[in-house]
Amino acid sequence: MRTVAFREALNEAMAEEMEKDDRIFLMGEEVGHYDGAYKVSKGLLKKFGERRVIDTPIAEGGFVGVGIGAAMVGLRPIIELMTWNFSFVAADQLINNAAKIRQMSGGQFTLPIVFRGPGGSAHMLAAQHSQSTEALWAHIPGLKVVMPANPKDAKGLLKSSIRDNNPIIFIEGEVLYADQGEIPDGEYTIPLGVAEVKRPGKDITLIGWSKMVKIALATADALAADGIEAEVVDPRTIRPLDEELLVESVKKTGRCLIIEEGWPFNGVGAEIAYRIGRRCFDDLDAPVERLTGADMPMPYNHHLEQQCIPDVPRAVAAAKKLLYLE
Amino acid sequence: MSATEREAEAPRDTSRMPDKAQLAHYYHQMLAIRRMEEALAKAYALRKFGGFLHLYIGQEALAVGALAALKPEDYVIATYREHAHAYAKGMSAKSIIAELYGKETGASKGLGGSMHLFDAEKNFLGGYGIVGGHIPLAAGTAFASKYRADGRVTMCFFGDGSVPQGAFHEGVALAALWRLPVVFICENNLYSMGTPLYRSLSVADVSQKALAYGIARDRFDGEDVIRVRDRVAEAVRRARNESLPTLIEIRTYRFRGHSMSDAGLYRTKEEVEESKKRDPITYGRELLVRAKMDEKDIVAIEDRVTAEIEEAVKFADESPELAYEKLAEFTYKE
Repeated sequence: MRTVAFREALNEAMAEEMEKDDRIFLMGEEVGHYDGAYKVSKGLLKKFGERRVIDTPIAEGGFVGVGIGAAMVGLRPIIELMTWNFSFVAADQLINNAAKIRQMSGGQFTLPIVFRGPGGSAHMLAAQHSQSTEALWAHIPGLKVVMPANPKDAKGLLKSSIRDNNPIIFIEGEVLYADQGEIPDGEYTIPLGVAEVKRPGKDITLIGWSKMVKIALATADALAADGIEAEVVDPRTIRPLDEELLVESVKKTGRCLIIEEGWPFNGVGAEIAYRIGRRCFDDLDAPVERLTGADMPMPYNHHLEQQCIPDVPRAVAAAKKLLYLE
Repeated sequence: MSATEREAEAPRDTSRMPDKAQLAHYYHQMLAIRRMEEALAKAYALRKFGGFLHLYIGQEALAVGALAALKPEDYVIATYREHAHAYAKGMSAKSIIAELYGKETGASKGLGGSMHLFDAEKNFLGGYGIVGGHIPLAAGTAFASKYRADGRVTMCFFGDGSVPQGAFHEGVALAALWRLPVVFICENNLYSMGTPLYRSLSVADVSQKALAYGIARDRFDGEDVIRVRDRVAEAVRRARNESLPTLIEIRTYRFRGHSMSDAGLYRTKEEVEESKKRDPITYGRELLVRAKMDEKDIVAIEDRVTAEIEEAVKFADESPELAYEKLAEFTYKE
């Protein structure tokens, strides 16, 4: 094992896959000469040259479409969006083309393409730069949605995404890039659609993904001080969703709190709560609960922003309520 | 300015008149497209299928002429008014008509319909239903050709209605910036649905958009299949030999409405009738007569077309539909 930063893990995944397969290229704003807006692509231009690491003008609808067209005829593009907030100007390409070409063509064309970039809130970036978009993309059949929480998952899941033959929405928590974590030496991948128990426990299940895994783990620590053993489960891929592992955990604990940064209405947590409610009806000792981002555009002000994002004290309170301790 | 304003009649270049076999081939293709769409309109009226049906009738010389400038390995991508391009790229009337009938034997197994014909083997990359949304894809396939140095050209068709869309400008801008081997063809039929050109574009000359991106352009009328082929061939050569894009505006006219539900109240009967005097198929037949093809040989082509379309309609009618149980596998690739 060795310790690397989240952004380095992503960089390694791309470099390793690009070395093996000439069909893979990286395209996006500032990915080349600038070495990446968040330095995820650092050094890749130097290593692979301008043919395979391509800077684009600010035209998301254009270069997302270019990636889709290239994938249709056999290349395997990695398209970096500087942030997922900018994906909306390319929404037609992602929703009407990427997600549908396989079916509309009767299965004749498949799209091995990864769209990746940072998502979620960071720090005082205000309403247009602080959005969690996973619920939007996961809504759409034809797309897969991947959201790693640590460097090990980031590398293994990105390598699997690059090898997958479907359009992948790969969302990297913007505040995770500098996080350090251990990753295995040598070649490894993590399959899509497989959740992971990040911390075992027996009293309550905490479900979170991307940076909310950190909140869930810190919440479990806080609960442990009161003798409560919380189990933290990270789905890692939102779609396809590893429903079985989530259900297995809740059947064991009888209680479930979903911690989600995104908005509540039609959120990913709403879907997970429905599935758990249906599958674990006889095992639940309390209703499934959600702690979500506030149901409003993100404010700029630091203190207001903090109150709009799930945090440990509120997660602890919500968990205790489910355990009838408050 | 009238919406029907046209450039002065350009003299038809007969010096490079091709051999009879080529003319006969183009005439066959244009006529087959016409008869196929007439059969589709009839079947639609009989409720053999539903959805949207956008006919190309009146514009046939454009698709047939432009695609005659391509090689089989070249890519073609088009709009929802793409039956003609699909046929001219080598797809059979059977696979096209069966697709509109929603049958499993259709080009896209009945999952795409009139607006989404695809054929991977023929390098026909689809018809698309969002106006302009496919133009960046054309830049993408051309990007792939340049990336692999495979010598292929991408040809992208769209209407004048696509030109105000952002996707048109982003697709053309990237193709120009990266010098991609693509030919953008604006089929200017003077109306974006029911809105005449002069009410949707501040500059009626669509080809002038090329000036902003620093790429080559051309502009001409599209009822003469030979003129279309030869002018488009120059752009194809530029793409293949110099890896440079071209924007071509070809002026044309659709004899039918935007779709089957279009009552056509936005243009006069006189204007439509006047345009029919420039029917590309009438002109294609005239070329055969001028090339001294015997009347009985021309009639033989026409009979073959009639039989081809009748057989295709019968095939579509009798074909099975995809079972619902098989549908899910088309959403994701295993």
